[in-house]
Amino acid sequence: MNEPVKKVAEIIPDEGIDAGLARLTEDRIENTILRVLNGETGARLKVYVETCIHCGLCSEGCHYYLSYDKDPRYSPAGKVKQTLWEMIRKKGRVDKAFMRQAVVIAATQCNMCKRCAMYCPFGIDVAYLMSVVRRITHLLGLTPQYIQATAHSHSVNMNQMWIKEDEWPDTLQWQEDEARSEIPHLRIPLEKEGADIMYSVIGPEPKFQAQLIYQAAVIMNVAGVNWTMPATPGWDNSDMAMFTGDNELMGRIKRVHFETAGRLKVKKIVMGECGHAFRSVYDMGNRWLGWKMPPIPVFHAIEFYYDMIREGRIRIAQKYAEPVTFHDPCNVVRGRGLHEKARYVVNAMCDTLIEMHPNREHNYCCCAGGGVINCGPPYKMVRIDGNRIKAEQLFAVKARGARTLIAPCHNCHSGLEDINHYYGLEMNIKFIGDILYQVMKKP
Amino acid sequence: MHDIYQFVSGPLARLAFTVFVIGSLYRLVQMFVLVYRKEKFIFSFMSWKYSLRSIFHWIIPFAAVNMQQQPIMTLVTFTFHICLLVTPVFLLSHAVLWEERWNIRLWSLPDQLSDIMTLAVIGCCFFFWGRRIKLPEVRYLTFASDYALLGMVAAPFVTGLIAYHQWIDYPFFMILHILSGEILLMAVPFTRLSHMLFWPFTRAYMGSEFGNVRHARDW
Ligand code: SF4
Ligand code: SF4
Repeated sequence: MNEPVKKVAEIIPDEGIDAGLARLTEDRIENTILRVLNGETGARLKVYVETCIHCGLCSEGCHYYLSYDKDPRYSPAGKVKQTLWEMIRKKGRVDKAFMRQAVVIAATQCNMCKRCAMYCPFGIDVAYLMSVVRRITHLLGLTPQYIQATAHSHSVNMNQMWIKEDEWPDTLQWQEDEARSEIPHLRIPLEKEGADIMYSVIGPEPKFQAQLIYQAAVIMNVAGVNWTMPATPGWDNSDMAMFTGDNELMGRIKRVHFETAGRLKVKKIVMGECGHAFRSVYDMGNRWLGWKMPPIPVFHAIEFYYDMIREGRIRIAQKYAEPVTFHDPCNVVRGRGLHEKARYVVNAMCDTLIEMHPNREHNYCCCAGGGVINCGPPYKMVRIDGNRIKAEQLFAVKARGARTLIAPCHNCHSGLEDINHYYGLEMNIKFIGDILYQVMKKP
Repeated sequence: MHDIYQFVSGPLARLAFTVFVIGSLYRLVQMFVLVYRKEKFIFSFMSWKYSLRSIFHWIIPFAAVNMQQQPIMTLVTFTFHICLLVTPVFLLSHAVLWEERWNIRLWSLPDQLSDIMTLAVIGCCFFFWGRRIKLPEVRYLTFASDYALLGMVAAPFVTGLIAYHQWIDYPFFMILHILSGEILLMAVPFTRLSHMLFWPFTRAYMGSEFGNVRHARDW
């Protein structure tokens, strides 16, 4: 018989959620849920909810479920049961305790990785259903505090990290100076109208990982491409609003990004190694703005490296010797099918690639994506415990000799670092760009 | 008894088929209208090629990774769905009815085979029932209505088997058989059995999204 929806064992304090709850009334909850269910969603939600035959076959698709000892509350359909099914059954008349649990489930127990969509016989997209829940919680003001803070930063600065307008060109100039000690004539061309490529990055690069901009500049210069970076807001391609359910803000962010590229009259946008940003520019934000495909073609770094190596614009001096394994990020593999191009690049750079299993579209998510890592320290253990299966997958490939783990995505990187430390994997985690910069022929 | 038989096999049967056909059409039209009104962008990436690719991969046993990971479920579910759809249409005594009532001549199954297929459907229903009880991830998703649906699906087969072999009270079980079949038919458009109508569309949608936008496989 049907089991009641249980409460999650431990309630993690989160000011963003708790302060939001204090302001709510049950009427407001009801109205908001109905507004989203009746007003904003359409056939997909209806058909997904009515077609789901409650078979549980999607369970094996989800790394949370696999990692939490097959606890059914973490299965994809189990998460829908604890959120949308109940909201629909009660016609929106749910209480605050229920909403608290719903936001925790949607925001921190689903990475929106869409792996489960490949396991459901009907292709029911639980990631989409969780995004509907996030939309409701956003409208109710119930977003976890850390990720909401980054969304606020987007809103104020059009970047994720509270970087002020003058700090951005300063950082680029600083990296240009640094790189000039290695390649004397290197430039990071700012505001170059009519360049072929606008290179865009995510907020954390200038904030904490400026060496990635350095490396990209070296790669661009060696490859001899005609590129530029904007000096104005619009340089940040990241998008936390996409994950909080703040679609309007997502639209604003993407509009600025595309308009900046348009102002610079570039032929294409090349993005750094970030997965969620790619999803936002390629799949979500563009569509919110009414573009079926991005108005200016968008290329993830993997595609760019692939082209540069194939065209012989970047040559390898000496291949990377330590055996590597490759983590397929959801947003560019299940989201864009770049797995074979990535392998081409990795094989060109490295002596030995040892595949982890499962891989390609079936790879397990890093458990950081979908905004989960951005919900901050309170939920760190939720995602580390929630991805024990990833640690097992990596231990297995390490036993077969892999020592370096390549992950061409920022979220994956941070999530995998946590798993690396917590489970004692002791692998070297690298971006493709880290290795490419190291092994390429430089003048 | 005879009057009841006349009623369930006559007007009620016509009603059941009408509800099934009109209801199904209504549900599909409703879905399309909803897509048209609110999610038009879906049309922008639907593709015949990727829709069919996805449907194809999910109607071939063991073609999808999850089917390989759950071999018993795959065998049972394919057996179940094939027998469930084929037996009622091609059963010899139904073929006679098709011809009598609608003048449609159909090829029919040998009686022994249809007996086996009927038993298979019933057996599979037991399997699904056991699954719902035993597997925690399925039990968690199971509502009373799920058992009811299973019962509704099994009923025409159980009663049909009893009636065909005339084990007990033939007229009574015949009526029950017809009645339960009609209930099942009418329930299709309005319950989760509607996955029968919607699955080609959910698959086509996911297939197109994966093929056209994501450039990845969805199986
Ligand atoms: S984390 Fe991934 S597999 Fe799990 S429910 Fe969310 S989208 Fe599905
Ligand atoms: S596999 Fe699909 S139909 Fe089955 S429970 Fe999961 S979402 Fe529902």
